[in-house]
Amino acid sequence: MTDTLAPVSAETATAGPVRRRGTGRRWTAYLGVLPFLAYAAVFLLWPTYIVVVGAFQDTSGRPTTSSIKAVTTGSNYLDAFLESIELSLVTALGGAVLGALLAWAVTESKPDGVLRKLVVAASGVLAQFGGAMLAFAFLATFGFNGFVTILLQDAFGIDTQTSAGWIYGFWGLAVVYTYFQIPLMLIVFLPAIDGLRPQWREASDSLGGSTWAYWRHVGGPILAPSFIGATLLLFANAFSAYATAAALISQGSPLVTLQIRAAVTSEVVLGQANIGKALALGMVVVVAIVMTLYALLQRRTARWLR
Amino acid sequence: MSRRIFRWLVLVLVGLYLLLPLFAMVEFSTRGAGNSRSLEAWKGIGTNSDLVAGILVSVELAVLTVAGMLVLLVPTMTWVHLRVPRVRRLVEFICLLPLTIPAIVLVVGLAPIYAWVNYLLGNSGLTLTFVYIVLTLPFAYRALDGGLRAIDVVTLSEAARGLGASWLNVLLHVIIPNIRAAIISASVVSVALVLGEYTIASLLNFNTLQPVIVLLGKRNAAISVAVSVAALLFAFVLLLVLAQVAPRRRAKAVEGES
Amino acid sequence: MSSPGTGVEVRLVDLCRRYGDVRALDNLSLEMAPGELVALLGPSGCGKTTALRSLAGLEEVDSGQVLVGGKDITHVSAHRRDMGMVFQAYSLFPNMTARENVAYGLRLRKAGSGERRRRAGELLDLVGLATHADRFPHQLSGGQQQRVALARALAIRPMVLLLDEPLSALDAKVRSQLRDEIRSVQREVGTTTLFVTHDQEEALAMADRVGVMSAGRLQQIAPPAELYERPRTAFVAEFVGLTNKLRGSVHGGKVSVLGTEVPVLDGSVESGDATVLVRPESVIVAPDPDGNGRVVEATYLGSLCRVQVQLDDGTTVLAQVGSAEIAELAPSTPVRVTVRPSPVLATA
Repeated sequence: MTDTLAPVSAETATAGPVRRRGTGRRWTAYLGVLPFLAYAAVFLLWPTYIVVVGAFQDTSGRPTTSSIKAVTTGSNYLDAFLESIELSLVTALGGAVLGALLAWAVTESKPDGVLRKLVVAASGVLAQFGGAMLAFAFLATFGFNGFVTILLQDAFGIDTQTSAGWIYGFWGLAVVYTYFQIPLMLIVFLPAIDGLRPQWREASDSLGGSTWAYWRHVGGPILAPSFIGATLLLFANAFSAYATAAALISQGSPLVTLQIRAAVTSEVVLGQANIGKALALGMVVVVAIVMTLYALLQRRTARWLR
Repeated sequence: MSRRIFRWLVLVLVGLYLLLPLFAMVEFSTRGAGNSRSLEAWKGIGTNSDLVAGILVSVELAVLTVAGMLVLLVPTMTWVHLRVPRVRRLVEFICLLPLTIPAIVLVVGLAPIYAWVNYLLGNSGLTLTFVYIVLTLPFAYRALDGGLRAIDVVTLSEAARGLGASWLNVLLHVIIPNIRAAIISASVVSVALVLGEYTIASLLNFNTLQPVIVLLGKRNAAISVAVSVAALLFAFVLLLVLAQVAPRRRAKAVEGES
Repeated sequence: MSSPGTGVEVRLVDLCRRYGDVRALDNLSLEMAPGELVALLGPSGCGKTTALRSLAGLEEVDSGQVLVGGKDITHVSAHRRDMGMVFQAYSLFPNMTARENVAYGLRLRKAGSGERRRRAGELLDLVGLATHADRFPHQLSGGQQQRVALARALAIRPMVLLLDEPLSALDAKVRSQLRDEIRSVQREVGTTTLFVTHDQEEALAMADRVGVMSAGRLQQIAPPAELYERPRTAFVAEFVGLTNKLRGSVHGGKVSVLGTEVPVLDGSVESGDATVLVRPESVIVAPDPDGNGRVVEATYLGSLCRVQVQLDDGTTVLAQVGSAEIAELAPSTPVRVTVRPSPVLATA
């Protein structure tokens, strides 16, 4: 095998990262990423393609916009989109504020201390890997036989079961979703808060600034892009969340993700498969918009936190 | 001073919010007859055949996924770093794509593909490995990329090549030992992801751990809650181990000495 | 705020501060005259930064007093102390332009936008960055950032100016340039200034008086020349400039070292054997076949040369000679080493 790494010449030796002169057999080098690209093509790009194309087809594969039309005009679909968006917005904002506060509290503690490690590890679990199990957490707390329900009944005589299904309604879902939004906010936002140099606070202090002045003129403006970006991320996360809602709600489909479940598993109504794809496409569009905004904001904040 | 009080207030309040349900789960799963405590539900984890089968499948899946992810990503990313840096953007984009294409969307398009996979490889839940590797891409990429950037991959491999090492040698004996922390990080995150994955497994009708927990929950909530606590704790311990192993990359300001 | 040209007196009285077992400040006392620039010099961990930060109010003291202009401000919080501080690095607010950074303190004091603009412009002029007023910190070099930081600190007409190793993060050339600038600005504005550094050249070049610290205590505080020529302790003699340690015996206010009788400085041992601290420029080396040592190495440094000699008794001595003499001092040349009669410190 030919060694195509060109020798590092004296003039480039002093440059930062090592730069190599152009190599002759360049195109063969690209073959090295082929396995990866092939794999991603089969298991990531192809399913996506199926979804996108399928949204514009009917059951026999002929191109049509009927699925898209059905999804964008059908009232139950629109309601689901609205509810998903509302839920995502509410929990994104709630999770963002509480998560940011938590991140601030954690950042003030010792960088290598126990508290920080525990909180970050716990957040990792709850934010990303606990979906279905969190539904059970909430049932155990607020459900029919839940700890808090019984506590309220025995200790205060409050019967929460008259508004029994609250945990399955909008606010119940909001409480459950916020449960994983806060840890996600911590994970995403902590680096930003870490990036606030102590010298900025001290400089502001010594120039006569109070705590409020610091946050209003320095800390706030610096963190704003990251905060908004993180909130966007939380929105996308809640919007795409499936497991928790699915575990909690077995009948009915108030959210888009549950609508997709209904379309995909439906044995009763044929021709639902394409509706499912149209719904999925709609989801991708919403999430893609949000993630693009997030990426743009990320680029802007990198400038300051050098 | 008041800053410290406020800080502890936040920690306590948010901590309560997050810990309460976990506590409730423990309480729920240890209820016995009358008002006593019992470990029946916990013991039931080991005796419930569906559950045990689900645990086994998920553990095997975790191992396979980690192996597959490493075999796919480590050589590829090393190669990109060393030989074709221009492709980096593309690889990064693909690895971050699963964040924009949620699992629920992916599974809609996967159904026909998996019909074909299961035709070729049988109906085992282990075939989920293929899609799980895709799901781990964002996390694994970030971890491995960080690790590769932290060491000067180019110089190290040039030095090794200059001494006569083959590419395989370079990968095995030079690169991998130096990104050990990143590899562990990517692996741990992947394990947690696989153990906690519900969406795709349930909609493709496989009985891995999470779908079993949910199905079981309808009949015997206590056991489901108990195994959920166990799984959450396990993932928590995993991530704690990760925190110990992974080096902290913090660009802290130049500290003045006293 | 102080008016331009008149500084205030600063006094640190018996400051004590402990971190666990470590005494960062050990009964530190320091007086600064109005308009004076005092440098605190010392190795890592000696407490100089703690002292500065205690004066700024960014650190609390366990006991002792901080008096500025006669007023006890020991328990006044940092944001009410009216001091200007320049940090080692990264202290400019990244979301504001240079002008906005400089005007920040004025804004907090509710100055009108016209006055803020005028005053910020004045100060940016003073530090030579008027043309960069609308740039953001990440668009400025390290040296430029520190100049803006200085302008920002001075904009509020502080009673005291505090500089925490402001040049340490810069490269050598920028450092010496900025050193002179800071000094001239400080002289022009007349603010009492405390300057912390671990670089002795900086301290000697810039300060009216230099205080050498070690383990939380002030070893000696004196004008640079006095500090260099008349060190009061072995630590100061060794920390500032190069020193040779030779053997000698003291009696009657003089010490006999290498055959010469030399007067001793205050702080020396009264009598008996002692370690004599002699500067390289006070060592005389001359070729002599019956000498008391041999040349080990001679290093040509341009205008000066350093010669390393090993004496017959095994001690190594570093001497400074003129370039003309170096030709005769090749390695292994036998030489006679003596000392000049300038006063030296003889310690136990």
